[in-house]
Amino acid sequence: MTQANRLSGGQIDHNTALEFTFDGKRYAGHPGDTLASALLANNVRLMGRSFKYHRPRGPLTAGSEEPNAIVELRSGARQEPNTRATTAELFDGLSATSQNRWPSLAFDAMAINDRFSNFLTAGFYYKTFMWPAAFWEKIYEPIIRKAAGLGSLSMQADPDEYDKGFRHCDLLIIGAGPAGLSAALTAGRAGKHVILADEDFRMGGRLNAETFAVADMAGADWATQTVAELSALSNVRLMPRTTVIGAFDHGICGAVERISDHLVTPPKGKPRQILWRIYAAQTLLCAGATERSIAFENNDRPGIMLAASMRAYANRWAATPAPRVAIFTNNDDGHRTACDLHAKGVKIAGVIDIRPDAPRSRDYEVLQGAHVTDTKGRLGLTFVDVRLADGTARTIECGALGVSGGWNPNVHLTCHQRGRPAWNDALAAFAPGGTLPPGMSVAGAANGAFSTHGALKSGADAARKALGLKGRAPALPRAEDAPVAQTPFWYVEGCARAWLDQQNDVTVKDVKLSYQEGFRSVEHLKRYTTLGMATDQGKTSNMGGLAIMAELAGKSIPEVGTTIFRPPYTPTSIGVLAGRMRGKEFHPTRLTPSHYWAEERGAVFVEVGNWLRAQWFPLPGETHWRQSVDREVTATRASVGVCDCTTLGKIDVQGTDAATFLNKVYCNGFAKLAVGKTRYGLMLREDGIAMDDGTAARLAEDQFVVTTTTANAARAYQHMEFVRQCLMPDADVQLISTTEAWAQYAVAGPNSRHLLQKIVDSDYDISNEGFPFMACGNITICSGLRARLFRISFSGELAFEIAVPARYGDALMRRLMAEGEEFDVTPYGTEALGVMRIEKGHAAGNELNGTTTALNLGMGRMVSKAKDSIGSKLSERPGLNEADTLMQVGLRPVNTSDKITAGGHLMRAAGPVDAAHDQGYVTSAAFSPTLGCMIGLGFLKDGGNRHGETLRLVSPVTDLSVAVEVVSAHFVDPEGARVRA
Amino acid sequence: MRYSGFKVIKEALTGHKGWTPAWRDPEPQAHYDIVIIGGGGHGLATAHYLASVYGERRVAVIEKGWIGGGNVGRNTTIIRSNYLLDGNEPFYEFSLKLWEGLEQDLNYNAMVSQRGIMNLIHSDAQRDAFIRRGNAMILNGADAELLSEAQIRQEYPFLNFDDARFPIKGGLAQRRGGTVRHDAVAWGYARAADGRGVDIIQNCEVTGFRIENGKCFGVETSKGFIGAGCVGCAVAGNSSRLMAKAGMRLPIESHVLQAFVSEGLKPVLPGVITFGAGHFYVSQSDKGGLVFGGDIDGYNSYAQRGNLPVVEDVCEGGMAIMPMIGRARLLRMWGGIMDMSMDGSPIIDRTHIDGLYFNGGWCYGGFKATPASGYAFAHLLANDEPHETATAYRFDRFRTGHMIDEKGMGNQPNLH
Amino acid sequence: MIINHPLLGPRDSAEFVNLGAAELMNRPDPETATPEDWHDYAYLRDNPAGAHRELWFHEGGDRSILIVTRDTTTHEITAVELARNRGQRHDPGK
Repeated sequence: MTQANRLSGGQIDHNTALEFTFDGKRYAGHPGDTLASALLANNVRLMGRSFKYHRPRGPLTAGSEEPNAIVELRSGARQEPNTRATTAELFDGLSATSQNRWPSLAFDAMAINDRFSNFLTAGFYYKTFMWPAAFWEKIYEPIIRKAAGLGSLSMQADPDEYDKGFRHCDLLIIGAGPAGLSAALTAGRAGKHVILADEDFRMGGRLNAETFAVADMAGADWATQTVAELSALSNVRLMPRTTVIGAFDHGICGAVERISDHLVTPPKGKPRQILWRIYAAQTLLCAGATERSIAFENNDRPGIMLAASMRAYANRWAATPAPRVAIFTNNDDGHRTACDLHAKGVKIAGVIDIRPDAPRSRDYEVLQGAHVTDTKGRLGLTFVDVRLADGTARTIECGALGVSGGWNPNVHLTCHQRGRPAWNDALAAFAPGGTLPPGMSVAGAANGAFSTHGALKSGADAARKALGLKGRAPALPRAEDAPVAQTPFWYVEGCARAWLDQQNDVTVKDVKLSYQEGFRSVEHLKRYTTLGMATDQGKTSNMGGLAIMAELAGKSIPEVGTTIFRPPYTPTSIGVLAGRMRGKEFHPTRLTPSHYWAEERGAVFVEVGNWLRAQWFPLPGETHWRQSVDREVTATRASVGVCDCTTLGKIDVQGTDAATFLNKVYCNGFAKLAVGKTRYGLMLREDGIAMDDGTAARLAEDQFVVTTTTANAARAYQHMEFVRQCLMPDADVQLISTTEAWAQYAVAGPNSRHLLQKIVDSDYDISNEGFPFMACGNITICSGLRARLFRISFSGELAFEIAVPARYGDALMRRLMAEGEEFDVTPYGTEALGVMRIEKGHAAGNELNGTTTALNLGMGRMVSKAKDSIGSKLSERPGLNEADTLMQVGLRPVNTSDKITAGGHLMRAAGPVDAAHDQGYVTSAAFSPTLGCMIGLGFLKDGGNRHGETLRLVSPVTDLSVAVEVVSAHFVDPEGARVRA
Repeated sequence: MRYSGFKVIKEALTGHKGWTPAWRDPEPQAHYDIVIIGGGGHGLATAHYLASVYGERRVAVIEKGWIGGGNVGRNTTIIRSNYLLDGNEPFYEFSLKLWEGLEQDLNYNAMVSQRGIMNLIHSDAQRDAFIRRGNAMILNGADAELLSEAQIRQEYPFLNFDDARFPIKGGLAQRRGGTVRHDAVAWGYARAADGRGVDIIQNCEVTGFRIENGKCFGVETSKGFIGAGCVGCAVAGNSSRLMAKAGMRLPIESHVLQAFVSEGLKPVLPGVITFGAGHFYVSQSDKGGLVFGGDIDGYNSYAQRGNLPVVEDVCEGGMAIMPMIGRARLLRMWGGIMDMSMDGSPIIDRTHIDGLYFNGGWCYGGFKATPASGYAFAHLLANDEPHETATAYRFDRFRTGHMIDEKGMGNQPNLH
Repeated sequence: MIINHPLLGPRDSAEFVNLGAAELMNRPDPETATPEDWHDYAYLRDNPAGAHRELWFHEGGDRSILIVTRDTTTHEITAVELARNRGQRHDPGK
């Protein structure tokens, strides 16, 4: 495990060895390494394969913009596809595997695609694979899909946890390079609340990768010292390993902090990553710049990388991709790489500079006015072919080539609110444009200040400006201030297979073809060639493609346009965006006060919205749910049953105008409802469609208690608040939702009164005379516990609903069970509740489906004409009142053993079965133990006049077709005698 | 030029010199029989069918930016005809049938991939609703299949069955549903229409309509006045903005819908999966990216971008149903502007102005409708009569009470 | 987004539910309105690209409904007021 390409120095701990594996082979690196730097130090350049041609690839960069060195990190359920080796922090025991190759990275059968590249040009698939028609899905597409993708998912649930949090600050500084550190010092020393976030695990940005001095010490040391000062300030929060992924509205930034990605597994109780929502009054973007490449023939071989990345590997990570390297550059920055690597003892085979007047060096050869025309080396660079200024050719032997085409400011976050960067001629690059997100400013290289002094100064200035700091600007540490001159140079004349987008294999030739075929707008270019669509999101490729398109069109780059960047800044794990909201915690679970009692009784629960409700209560020996439900129905109708109906929405309506208010929100009248009485109410939307139903109980002249259905509780309450605040602001009425304040139980069946009489305090008469059907009142039970009693019935039996403060719900349920023993009291669940309401013909959620009117529901006459209510006017539209409009009916099978299916459609007994002849549909169905057969409710055209008719109920999707008879929806006790008993 | 495998091989061997632009770049003429505003999927499809089915010869499509830059270039690529209501289902089934023959019709491979779409069922009430819908589909001549939990387990073993907040109880599948390479739809229609003489005029913005005595005579544009026998507007997302120039208020609000794509992954998803209880749907592209989305942000917007809460909401849905995607990474997100109509269904109709026709209100269902929308709009423009599958898509349905409200949410567009 | 609640100060928009355009407050007078008035009220919207007055219900807060003036092209909020200070002034008894 010799690290053949390991240099001295750098910001790694040479004294500690970390072991790791790549494709099963063991290597050693050091703390401070990334996977890529450690592999390079071990003389491994080949780290991946490209998407389309499966070309062998090594790292192009040393950062999060990496398109090539993409691996699967870890294994098992923690397998993490498409991880950039250039940002993966090395830890002891790290294992990584190459991807998108078969059978191995060095011998990839799919590399055959490269031989056929001439056929696989941009957009070739749009032009072929069409004949014969059936072959696309059967033959061609499966082959294409098989080749799709880069890394693979483990297909196991992600075992790690993720968290979310919120942070606030005066100034959020994005990027802790010289500009960001300088800004943080300025703001921090001024006492402002500052968050300094950097995606790297080591703050300092390019200072860590350069050899410049700052304040007469090594830049990296100045960074370390500055970070130490900042961390001592209580008003400054440092967030390393934190990527600001997006700048959203009103100064809210999303940021992902990697808590445990540099560890084997997250420590117990710690998440893998945290999504922070940062509320920043001001944001300062100090994201630096990304070096751009030059396109030349075969510019994608392992060992060819950006020159400044090569310098970063040498200076920060003490690693060189090869013992002998060359540089290809159009600017002075490439020479810095040569100098620094030479100083570290790396052999410089030559600096190829396109400029005839390029600076010379005493330490190595500079080829002025020369170009790289081709490269050799299948799995790693061996030679580069150079065309010298005089036109002669020369071959240079080297294992790595640093390429520098200048720098692009990292403007990405400035575009997140669709602002466009502006072309800057001096930089020959796009720089932050006129419309930045509100509250955002930009400093340092991200704003085109490329020198160290420029970055330090612009960071401090921008922080002062953003925060409105007055007084003299503090002195800046001394640093280099080399002028920056960028002359654009995009590609070497005569090249064809010269890569622009390395991951997606988009070459100069593809851009030319795109132009030739008329895909000339930037967006067309991107979409047609897939340029910039790779996992680097175009960071290393967009500019080159744009420049070539501009040249072809004879326009300037800004005339051709720019593509803007969208969030996230770098690819972001889906897990962290979800946080803890997964599995059972996906949505909150709402439990009623007697939930644990129901659990003890062995109830089976069902999700109703976020509530869990008891569906039925199986007894020993019952093997099928129907047995339990039938028993519950029968027992309730025979004696008494109790059902938890706490989940119904409950709204307290108070004020002198309470009745007026209800008159407005319900289509039927409430003004004349007497105190102590309850009335069914139907609430319409303004468009005349039924929204919800429930009861309103008048407990006092100025107080009503309104119930809504469980499903519509939130929306009905919203609607009532809208009416109150927006339409009746002067009315004296107040609303409050009391759903969770009261536990409520239906006590139903002929013995319900007898049961309740055992617990209702004797001051209260609940006899039929003293407390008739639809009565309501405040009472006390169990010697003084306040309660509300309503004589209302959903089951069609003599029934009551009793409500107590929520904390007594469990006790009340247990008491009712105990007191009811003599009546064989039976708890019943939502299934039996549903059966009984269908037997009684009461509409519920399946009928109130958002498309039905009062008329459809058989309640057309309830819509009062004597007053204005929400929805009354629009319910009069002709389309809602046609002669053959759907009307609610009951349905029973002609053959009593036949099934009725909710969702089935109704057809005439004879005639075609198709949509054109549809007569209606079944909304609810259940087995009625009372009638001994299945029954259903449904909507039927002109249903009110068709009782007695035989229809066909068809449900082709469940393979059912049966004869049914149209009957009244009131299957049980149509006269309503029982409820009044 | 006809595209074929043979042509691709020939060009590969001769240096790709023979490829010509997929469409011309003409200057506008003074007058056309029909001018279509909007070079998106619907506008280009309308032009194609006007030329190929209705024999219209003098047609122009004018587009303020570049063609295919609206919602056809930013959607989740799903095609399906799993609708409930009679006003919708025949139309979307017609659309699906047109998708099925699209490549041959256009001589362009838009990669129509009928890998199926499956809506998960989590409750009895939801099953009832999906049975009704499945039956409506079959009764309208489409395909539908009710799947049991066991069948779902077999076909989609990676879903969260055992630790789910909302347990999976089944699904409604439409095997003929699937996905399409969305950009290629715009390009294919453009190329085919151009081949039949339709002028596609890019970077030409409509600044107004010339309307006299209740009749529309053409459009004022950034390239001057263009006369027209009739004008069809197909600019969903910006419908209200455009029609305001004709003095119209629409039953439409513009809302932002975000969509997402992950980094490329080796194939794992067989087709489209819809998790209604969690506001999440997902498919996998031919390049390997998981393409997914959820609800609209819920506020009016023309900004083509959304905010974090919905991003999180959608990813929560994804993790709830497919907890194996936690370590996959979200690569790109974008926002499209939806014409959210008052009942969730579209409008293809005349306006009260003679010669001015409207196509819009597609909510987030516009992509799958592209072929039928183009066909039906072409029919309307050519014959001044609605196409038989689009008779319900009228403006006056709100006046008369004939809403087509699949979700039953009423006149609150952000709930559709 | 952040909505500056007139009573509670800046709040994240995630605490609110958007109830639609503030035009919904202009409910027609039931005594005098024509069917066309009702249609226009319930179904037609200005839907501007620019300043838009809209209703946000503070469901996760004090349950106020706010009229928020927000630019639909930039999402910038320029005004927030309580709906009940601007509500309709029909006789509630009608």
